Amino acid sequence: MSHIFSALPQVLVDGLTLGAIYAVVALGYTMVYGILELINFAHGEVFMTGAFIGTGLLLSMGAFGSALPAWITLILILILTALLTGLLGMGIEKLAYRPLRKAPKLIPLISAIGISFILQDLVRFLAEWKTGNYIVTGTTLFEGKLTIPFSSIIGTFQNATIKTNTLILIGITIAIMFMLDIFVNRTKWGTAMRAVAQDQETASLMSINVNKVISLTFFIGSAIGGATGFLFAQQYATIDPYIGFILGLKAFTAAVLGGIGNIRGAMFGGLLLGVLEVFAAANLSTLTSGVFGSEYKDVFAFAILILVLIFKPEGLFGKSAKEKV
Amino acid sequence: MIRMNKGLDMLQKNRKLQFTLLLLFILLSSASVYFLERSVTAFLLLLGSLLLLHYTHLSKKIKWSIALILLVVIIPLATSGGTSQQDYMEVAVQTGIYIAMALGLNIVVGFAGLLDLGFVAFFAIGAYTYGIFASPQAATLFHSNIFPLGGAWFWPFIIIGGLIAALFGILLGIPVLRVKGDYLAIVTLGFGEIIRIVFNNLDKPINITNGAQGLSQIQQPELFGFTFSLASQFYYIVIAILLIVIIGVQRLENSKLGRSWKAIREDEIAAQAMGIPLVKTKLWAFALGASFSGMMGVVFSAKNMFVDPSSFTLIESITILVMVILGGMGSIPGVILGAAVISVLNLQILTEITNFLTQTINIPETLSPTKMQRLIFGVILVLIAVYRPKGLITAKTKQFDPKELADQTISDK
Repeated sequence: MSHIFSALPQVLVDGLTLGAIYAVVALGYTMVYGILELINFAHGEVFMTGAFIGTGLLLSMGAFGSALPAWITLILILILTALLTGLLGMGIEKLAYRPLRKAPKLIPLISAIGISFILQDLVRFLAEWKTGNYIVTGTTLFEGKLTIPFSSIIGTFQNATIKTNTLILIGITIAIMFMLDIFVNRTKWGTAMRAVAQDQETASLMSINVNKVISLTFFIGSAIGGATGFLFAQQYATIDPYIGFILGLKAFTAAVLGGIGNIRGAMFGGLLLGVLEVFAAANLSTLTSGVFGSEYKDVFAFAILILVLIFKPEGLFGKSAKEKV
Repeated sequence: MIRMNKGLDMLQKNRKLQFTLLLLFILLSSASVYFLERSVTAFLLLLGSLLLLHYTHLSKKIKWSIALILLVVIIPLATSGGTSQQDYMEVAVQTGIYIAMALGLNIVVGFAGLLDLGFVAFFAIGAYTYGIFASPQAATLFHSNIFPLGGAWFWPFIIIGGLIAALFGILLGIPVLRVKGDYLAIVTLGFGEIIRIVFNNLDKPINITNGAQGLSQIQQPELFGFTFSLASQFYYIVIAILLIVIIGVQRLENSKLGRSWKAIREDEIAAQAMGIPLVKTKLWAFALGASFSGMMGVVFSAKNMFVDPSSFTLIESITILVMVILGGMGSIPGVILGAAVISVLNLQILTEITNFLTQTINIPETLSPTKMQRLIFGVILVLIAVYRPKGLITAKTKQFDPKELADQTISDK
């Protein structure tokens, strides 16, 4: 038990890192769901594509990239990746969701699953073609590590190490969340977005271009998802085309946890889920005296999802919706 | 053009002509399967005769008897010509297993409109039910000499596997059916993954499933001292189960339960207002769908004599879903066609094309079409969703004549 307590700082650091990723990906789910009431199954794949695009850019920059200062390279790649995945998201919407806006709910879900499979296989194909293996290990821009001396604060804690990459990841994701929050709540386009989420028809009567707003939502959600994908690749070094699915599922869990359609809720849900998952992975076997090991961490995340959906489907911060006839 | 239309018209009206043409087609395709060495095209044509049969205007009785003769006599005979009989039969057996599962999922997705993305879990439950008790695993588990059970136990286990899968369907359904629509899809997806991970790790604290290594030495079915070991022998087991399943589903479709499912699919609130118990009706869909999958799980483990968790990944669930969607949600002939097309595509056509390509233009391995499964499924899903959401063979709802219904005295309560 004392081990659990003393390792807590490291668990917290790792949990917040993972949680920040979940949070940003969850934003993409929650924004789209807020507007279209559609689970954009392909969003996890957009994240994965972002990881590959970013890593690909980094690898292809080669000598030119190493001449630039690392932070410029980072920003350059982030912007490019965000742009490309944003366009990808818009394309997906136009191709697979827009024709189905009036179809029964089951149908867009099916095309979303289809898109997600197409992306997985295309990325696998390209990666395998270029590098010979679909599992890609990228170079990292920042090698540094930092030790936070938690032990000097409270004696029983162990020190936590934190990579420079992790700091960057947390910093950028927090910045993204802040900017998005301001965008949605303070700008004209954000107001339009909220209006469309509330009532598409009335919004269109108020001279809001609904299609444009939906496209923009997909662009933003996919852009920040893709950029986070690159940060993920930097943080964990190894990526494969199948990382998006499970991660997307967990990010969706985070969105549901925070109340789907609720942007701040998604951020909180992501962080909470990340910490819970890392805590479970580190301590499940100690807590259950070896019956369940860390291999059950995914089960743990799904169990949270199922429990939330059953007992509090509106999430921690969502409003419960009455069904209209 | 006009003459062709006339010809078609005549063909549609003239049943005798249809019958003779069909016979001719069957004769030709089966002869070519028999005499040609491993020709996929011929085999596909032979299977295609079943589709042709579906579109003829013959009476139901004749259709069923021709189908039976085709399946039980002609196909096994025609494939016995060359050395590749077991290959053909292997494909046929797997296709049969998939058809049964797709019909099960069709109850859940097509009739009741509940999107289940973790359907393979029930297949896994069936496979493990037989796998544990018919392999040495049970002996170590229960410290008893009566295990492993002999091959004769296969037959009751088809039922037991189905029942246990149905039980899990209900257990999953009770909490899960409180969520709706797309949430349900996510929850079932999570459930499917949970089952796989649990089977993968249930070798400790008590070794129940033998973890990632899987269960081996599973007994083969035995009947009066005869052991079923070859694919061509399993073929008959699968055909028998499949017939029961198809007849069962057809009876269900227009039963009171089937109509309740469709009512729920169309409008839950209206259905409830008409007095349909929502939870109970949905649970029936889950349980019955799961039981088909569980039964085929038993067959699967007995045929392979081995099960491990890697056979039950998400892609399997999606494969079955693609079959249902492609064929047409809620349409029984459609789903059978969809399942047959997808499994033959997976098992034969893709490998054939790969072989052909590697022999002729020496493509790199990454390009090989067998690896493109996900891409193909994805494209099928998107295209069907956008252009043909009702699938290849659209489901027909039974039409009632209002006049006749009004004249009828109300008999069933």
